[in-house]
Amino acid sequence: MYILKKLALTILVLIGAATCSFLLLRMLPGDPAEALAGPQAALEDVETVRKSLDLDKPAARQYLTYMTSMARGDLGYSYRSHRLVVDEIKARWPATLKLSLASMLVAIFCGVPLGIHAAQKRGRLADTVSMVVSFVGVSMPSFWLGMILIVCFSVKFQLLPFSGDDELLNYVLPSLTLGLGVAANIARMTRASMLETLGQDYVRTARGKGLSEFRVVKLHALRNAAVPIVTIIGLQLGALLGGQVVTETLFVWPGLGRMIVDSLNARDYMVVQGGILVLAATFAILNLLTDLLCKALDPRIRL
Amino acid sequence: MGSIRQFFRNPSAVAGLAILVAITLACLCSSWIVPYSPYDQNLQEKLLQPSVLHFMGTDEFGRDVFVRILVGAKYSLTSGFVSVLLSLAGGLLIGIPAGYVGGALDKGLMVVCDIMLAFPGILMAMALAMVIGPGIYTPMITVGISSIPVFARLIRAQFLTLREAPFVEAMRAAGAGDLRIALKHILPNALGPILVQSTLRMGVAIVTAATLSFLGLGAQPPAPEWGTMLNSARTYFMTSAYLAMFPGLAITVSVIAINLVGDALRDHLDPKLRER
Repeated sequence: MYILKKLALTILVLIGAATCSFLLLRMLPGDPAEALAGPQAALEDVETVRKSLDLDKPAARQYLTYMTSMARGDLGYSYRSHRLVVDEIKARWPATLKLSLASMLVAIFCGVPLGIHAAQKRGRLADTVSMVVSFVGVSMPSFWLGMILIVCFSVKFQLLPFSGDDELLNYVLPSLTLGLGVAANIARMTRASMLETLGQDYVRTARGKGLSEFRVVKLHALRNAAVPIVTIIGLQLGALLGGQVVTETLFVWPGLGRMIVDSLNARDYMVVQGGILVLAATFAILNLLTDLLCKALDPRIRL
Repeated sequence: MGSIRQFFRNPSAVAGLAILVAITLACLCSSWIVPYSPYDQNLQEKLLQPSVLHFMGTDEFGRDVFVRILVGAKYSLTSGFVSVLLSLAGGLLIGIPAGYVGGALDKGLMVVCDIMLAFPGILMAMALAMVIGPGIYTPMITVGISSIPVFARLIRAQFLTLREAPFVEAMRAAGAGDLRIALKHILPNALGPILVQSTLRMGVAIVTAATLSFLGLGAQPPAPEWGTMLNSARTYFMTSAYLAMFPGLAITVSVIAINLVGDALRDHLDPKLRER
């Protein structure tokens, strides 16, 4: 029941997002057909675009056509490559997905242990150091972190490549760039949530019955501290998808983010619109999954 | 709400405020601190490494990087401030009716917020920037608009809880009108979390604004905006890495200062929200 409700909301959000992008396209300065056809387009081209988008029809009619074609998965075509936007997105999608996953792994495997460790050593040097580090990490723009990493590892010591996406080594710098900022957020949340659970009675009981520190922390406390951690991970996925745009630009990564920026600069608005829509849809679906995961972790949560 | 004096006993609050004041003063007095112009080109002195004469080196047009960073503070600090004001205003306009009136109005407004939140922040800002076109005001407006739902939700939640409070019931019994109750009685009680959120969002806003400029959607060269400077620095990675360091450092230090103040405010005003 809940899933249906949430799914309905997700669909509503997507319709809203599509409507927003329809409005945005219409709000572009100047004649939309001219804007879409590009600055160098011939007069006939502009007319073709106008026809193909039904721009000569009334606005309500345009909106209906736009929404129905979008529902069929038709996002229009690129004015630069003359390929379908859907195909452009399909070609770019795997690179973005792989980079997102790699960064999320970095974020989780740096953030969660750091937060747990800090909570265990509360008030001691290790705690202070990890919290200062994560405070700086939260405050730092990710693209600047990326630039520092490039300067250190690619320019000065030439250890790691900073462009390309075919080898595993190529993933190191971009995924660190995207993942470390998120890791800092996760670490802060993990620490707070662990501090709360470590003070609970059942943790004392677990210690009292002689369980090893590992079992107490990893099995008893972490399990109960997990919900806020999962929630923040889910929320940070959005930041990750957004950060993807600038990271991909910086590392010349052949993903959706760079596609959006490149198309934006080339005024290829259909591609921009399609890309943004796909990222928004991904984000909405991830949010849904996060909610479900939280429910699985804590059956008390009424969704 | 605790006393102001207590707030100033918090070392992170003092440190954060001190940094912000120092940055603002340095920005205002930049022409007395550094004997160079942030705009005049001098191609004979281009791409000089940091030295005694040019504390942070010179850029590709021979302009002193240090003075440009000092002057550039005005873009980042104002875009942080203005955009938060904008999203706060929007958030109040949506959040108060949603939280106070509730019902269908609340549901409708929250769906609108959910739709806006479905776009990861920077994407929303980019889409809007596309419409407005690049310029120094673009980051302020776009970041401001894209953060409206964050504020709307917070303010709505505050009003939703507070409208059931006994003091509201008392006011109603005394015959106060809805507008008066909402603005003169509930709003002041909700100010703490709103202030905390505003401060913390200012840091986010500065980073997002700089990111937009970095992508070429915000301030354009020759404006010494930090994100714009970082964008130009990308061409000189191999030879002049220092160009990529200092503007980013400036952004990071400003955001750290704001977050220090924000965290202190949170501890001070809103113990329930601590560590969220």
